Amino acid sequence: MKSFVTGFGRFWYDFIIGDDWKIAVAVISALALTVGGLVLGLLGTTGATVFGGITLLVAFAVSMIIDVRRTPAASTPSAPADQR
Amino acid sequence: MTGATWGLVTAAFLASFVEFVEALTIVVAMGATRGWRSALAGTAAALLALVGCTAVAGFALVAWLPETALQVVIGTLLLIFGLQWLRKAILRSAGIKAMHDEAEEYDAATKAARGAGVKSRLGIDTFAFVVAFKGVFLEGAEVVFIVITFGLSAENMPAAIAGAAAGGVLVIGLGALVHRPLTSIPENVLKYGVGLLLTSFGTFWAVEGLGVFFGDREGLRWPGSDLAVLVLLAAWFGLSRVLIRTLPLLRRPRASEFRPAREVV
Repeated sequence: MKSFVTGFGRFWYDFIIGDDWKIAVAVISALALTVGGLVLGLLGTTGATVFGGITLLVAFAVSMIIDVRRTPAASTPSAPADQR
Repeated sequence: MTGATWGLVTAAFLASFVEFVEALTIVVAMGATRGWRSALAGTAAALLALVGCTAVAGFALVAWLPETALQVVIGTLLLIFGLQWLRKAILRSAGIKAMHDEAEEYDAATKAARGAGVKSRLGIDTFAFVVAFKGVFLEGAEVVFIVITFGLSAENMPAAIAGAAAGGVLVIGLGALVHRPLTSIPENVLKYGVGLLLTSFGTFWAVEGLGVFFGDREGLRWPGSDLAVLVLLAAWFGLSRVLIRTLPLLRRPRASEFRPAREVV
């Protein structure tokens, strides 16, 4: 039963989060920041959409930069298992 | 059909096409090495399981979640999903990650199939059945996910299903015709395009759905309404091009590439 639950959880983690958890963190952080701006009254409803869009772009760029900075040049090409 | 519907059909078609190509590689590898009966049985079982899961998930999403909550949940998932594709496409285009190669995938799968032991139940080779089932279910689940999210968010499930079905039929038809993996398909380019589409639509819906956290639970409104998707598409494309150019310059050099600075006497 434990292995089934672990396998089930692993499947959904791989399916949704994939092989770079930083992407999910970037998305959730950007959306949370936008909600925060709305709650604090710093953003209007239309301004919040623009802010949300820009924050998502920036958060993704930051996650990519962190990803690449952590990967030394020697690691290419990547392993076949990571080619999907 | 409106422009939005065409966009929806195209996105579902391309996503489904790419996923079906990957599933086909696995099924053909199992069929060619372990026998078609077992590979096709695994495929059929996976398709049945997918239909069941889709029916349950689709009903649960529509019945239990209010529209804006649905938008934010599926928009966020679509965004994460799309950005994963975009990330890989950017890394591949920048030369940081190896290109996806269907021929290599096929070789690896056939090698594994030839090396596996023979174990059969009810005349079905267990290895071929399980590998085909897993491959088709995983790739198919991604298609189902995209169809559900696109279909529900655009309130046009038939268009999303039609686009995905067309992609599937085309790949299955080509596979049946050539009996080998479709290696000449520009899969990396397609994934880049689909990643951009998923990400743009995901951004639009996820941010719009944030209205669920406030009083009237109405969705937020993008300036320009639906046309904002085009602006988002251009913005994500622009960012991806910038990252493709700049990321190789930001890489940490290999240890062997570090050269001690010569001391100036």
